[in-house]
Amino acid sequence: MSLLDVRDVTIRFGGVTALADVSFSVEPGEIFAIVGPNGAGKSTLFNLISRFCEPESGDVRLDGASLLDLAPADMAPLGVARTFQNIDLFETSTVLDNLLIGRHTRRQSSFVAQAVFSPAVRRQEIAHREAVERIIDFLDLHAYREQRIAGLPYGTRKVVEVGRALAMEPRIVLLDEPASGLSPEESRDMRFWISDIRAELGVTVLMVEHDMGLVSAVSDRVLVLAEGRGIALGTPADVQSHPEVVQAFLGVEPEPTA
Amino acid sequence: MDDLQLMVGGLANGCVYGLIALGFVLIYKATEQVNFAQGDMMMLGAFVAIGLGNESHAGLPFWLACIGAVTIMAGFGMAVERTLLRPLFGQSQIAVVILTIAFGFVLRFVAGAIWGHDPLVMDNPVAGTHVTFGQVVLGADEIAVIVVTLLLTGLLFLFFARTKLGIAMQAASQNQLAAYYMGIPVKRIHGLTWMLAGATAAAAGILFAAKGSVDPSAGLLGIKAFAAAVIGGFGSLPGALLGGLIIGLVEPFAARYIAAGYAQIAPYSVLILVLIFRPHGLFAQVRGKKL
Amino acid sequence: MRVPFKTSYLHDIRLFADGYRAAQYAVLVALAVLLPFVLDDFLIGEVTGVLIWAIAGMGLMLLTGHAGQVSIGHAAFLAVGCYANVILMDRFGLPFVTSFLLAGIVTGIAGVLIAIPVFRLHGIYLAIATLALSMLVEDIIVLAEPWTGGVVGLTAPSVTIAGMDMDRFSAPNRFYWLCLAIALLVTLGYRNILRAPLGRALLAIRDSEVSAQAMGVQLARTKAAAFGLSCLVTGWAGALLGHFFYTFNHEVFTVVVSIQLLLMIVIGGIGSIHGAFYGAIVVGIIPQAINIGRDWVTDILGTGGVAIPGLETGIFGLILVLFILFEPLGVHGRLTKWKIYFELFPFYRRDLFRRQRSYLKTERLR
Repeated sequence: MSLLDVRDVTIRFGGVTALADVSFSVEPGEIFAIVGPNGAGKSTLFNLISRFCEPESGDVRLDGASLLDLAPADMAPLGVARTFQNIDLFETSTVLDNLLIGRHTRRQSSFVAQAVFSPAVRRQEIAHREAVERIIDFLDLHAYREQRIAGLPYGTRKVVEVGRALAMEPRIVLLDEPASGLSPEESRDMRFWISDIRAELGVTVLMVEHDMGLVSAVSDRVLVLAEGRGIALGTPADVQSHPEVVQAFLGVEPEPTA
Repeated sequence: MDDLQLMVGGLANGCVYGLIALGFVLIYKATEQVNFAQGDMMMLGAFVAIGLGNESHAGLPFWLACIGAVTIMAGFGMAVERTLLRPLFGQSQIAVVILTIAFGFVLRFVAGAIWGHDPLVMDNPVAGTHVTFGQVVLGADEIAVIVVTLLLTGLLFLFFARTKLGIAMQAASQNQLAAYYMGIPVKRIHGLTWMLAGATAAAAGILFAAKGSVDPSAGLLGIKAFAAAVIGGFGSLPGALLGGLIIGLVEPFAARYIAAGYAQIAPYSVLILVLIFRPHGLFAQVRGKKL
Repeated sequence: MRVPFKTSYLHDIRLFADGYRAAQYAVLVALAVLLPFVLDDFLIGEVTGVLIWAIAGMGLMLLTGHAGQVSIGHAAFLAVGCYANVILMDRFGLPFVTSFLLAGIVTGIAGVLIAIPVFRLHGIYLAIATLALSMLVEDIIVLAEPWTGGVVGLTAPSVTIAGMDMDRFSAPNRFYWLCLAIALLVTLGYRNILRAPLGRALLAIRDSEVSAQAMGVQLARTKAAAFGLSCLVTGWAGALLGHFFYTFNHEVFTVVVSIQLLLMIVIGGIGSIHGAFYGAIVVGIIPQAINIGRDWVTDILGTGGVAIPGLETGIFGLILVLFILFEPLGVHGRLTKWKIYFELFPFYRRDLFRRQRSYLKTERLR
């Protein structure tokens, strides 16, 4: 069974159709990319899956169970983590604290226990730090561990946001343009990390990305969106030669087929 | 018949609330800042008018005093923006809220030091005259207040809807950066907005001081005007006036039909109910946040 | 600059970064405990007042400074705590310890009940709703005369714990120690919450509600918890305030007090526990400083001392305006900068603390 299943989803904002009958499914252990020109509905799709917006029709299922009745905060316990296109970190907290928020749904203590900082809370805090330290190791964030987000360079923030999502120990992580705005070196690092997320942490990846180099290097399958419709789905090589895709990206009329 | 008189009195009060609320909304609409000192600016405007117009002070003719007060307060509004608000440009809304609350305290103190703490009435041509409709006797001052308020609201509404400057002001608040890119001088627009708000505050102050009496703590009326602005939706000029009128009417009728003590409670109860059931006011302008 | 060298995860979660800091605070607490042996009864009374305001400040700081929910209505919760405590003692004959604890809990529950309908409100709307609440409570106190004594008010019974007299007037030193102990316990609980998951969740909803939700933080529940805990502490401060004032009525809990409480934590330094204490100290010192200044002016001018109404709040407002313009991080921020300046001398740079300015986009019409 597919891990994530998006079926015939349509979303309209006022008169604008953001998504029209989009369907796809993500298999466990897959790296699945969504590409498309600006305004194709990629971010809307992410916001739909992480429950920040409602579809007009269609369904989104995780392990076969519909997500539509759930609120955004219910997604983390189900193992769905995400990053944001314009980086949305907790600016006044340190890198460590940002990652620790990722562990929020795994806390097990009452207010009273926290107010007296009982031994159980202490034990849990240490355990969370061990878990987070593994992510810090994985993403090479040691140098920034104690620093506040507000002073960090853009590329580092992007990595911290990925780290925060991974600290949740999710089953699937939604990366919204993980490489946008990165330098070529940072972008190359990000490429390795994305494949390592699956290889080392065993997390399924669903990402939106513009950089076709990165997409074809790491992803198993690609969905191409244009003006809210899914126009092609397949391996990166298949998709790139698809006539409608060429037209959508380059504005070239496809050769009429006889 | 009593109810009708009560209603006109309530409407006249409501107009003053509405005018202060207009000041809030003007600033909010154009700069996205919330000026908690608007009530105190109204109070200051009233005192400036009294200082210019009353026999006991400078003794200028009524109309001259009005024009003078409006001009002075317009300049004052601009100066406030220039010295206090501009350094905070780009910082959080709450910083501005706290700053203007504190500034209100300062204004109250300054007004008390200059004009004293006894209530003063502004001398005006319609004081004490009445208009009689059949059996109903209405104060001419109350009617004047209603007429002037309606005129001012209409003018401001047209200004925002029709003039280039008004539209630029709205654009500047919706997205400062985009407005910059479109060549709108955002900072100068902020200055002009505060000028306008100062002038409106003076108008409200003159009406308030002519209709009743003013003392330095009159600025606390701003809290009721706040309720009015929120009930109206905070970004809507007609909404602000409507909110003011609602609050103006609720007060006397609550006192009459429930009990005297409830006149104080009623406006805030209405406000809280509106916030719970229509969190963004009766004329909501809020849409979902983009991620 | 002292940079603690961390060798275990425990170092991350200790109360004090190192032994040096722990020693500093130990000395401070010892001095505070010994204070009654140095100061006379009047001054101890003043310091007790500062402590009570600091407790109230911590209550508001949790909500406004850490959870980012601005309340301009906390005097309402001071009032609930104050009246609940006295009513529980007078009408139900409870001893102080029980009624004090219950007063906090009652106020906390009131806070949660308020939070449920208003939790959807953001920033300015929440501020206005709480402002209205403060106005309402003021009038409700007057209307609920059978319980609250209306405009006449109530008189606080004397405080005894385990047969020991703790009253404000007959045993000012003991009342001071009582307030000090409560302030210390609240501070400890506050610190603990900040280093526990709840503290991180509070900061998360302050910085980004959207992101917090994506991380699994339940907005409604977290905001309700913030309101509840904040009001619990504020209620305790209110209960102490009742005993401190001895007689009180609705005028003690006006909206101006609400506003002052907010301004107090801003002056102290928003977002830090230190700030609550610094703010309370500044607010405690202003009236004394004004008195001294007035005597001084009278001496020079040779005129009789004139009481100027509004002078106190006027000066308070002026100080606050200056702080917002020149030191938005408050007293705590200023002291931290000085400390770092000396620790890093001569390598301090002004932009160590530069804040990023963001262009504003409206929440409306987006």
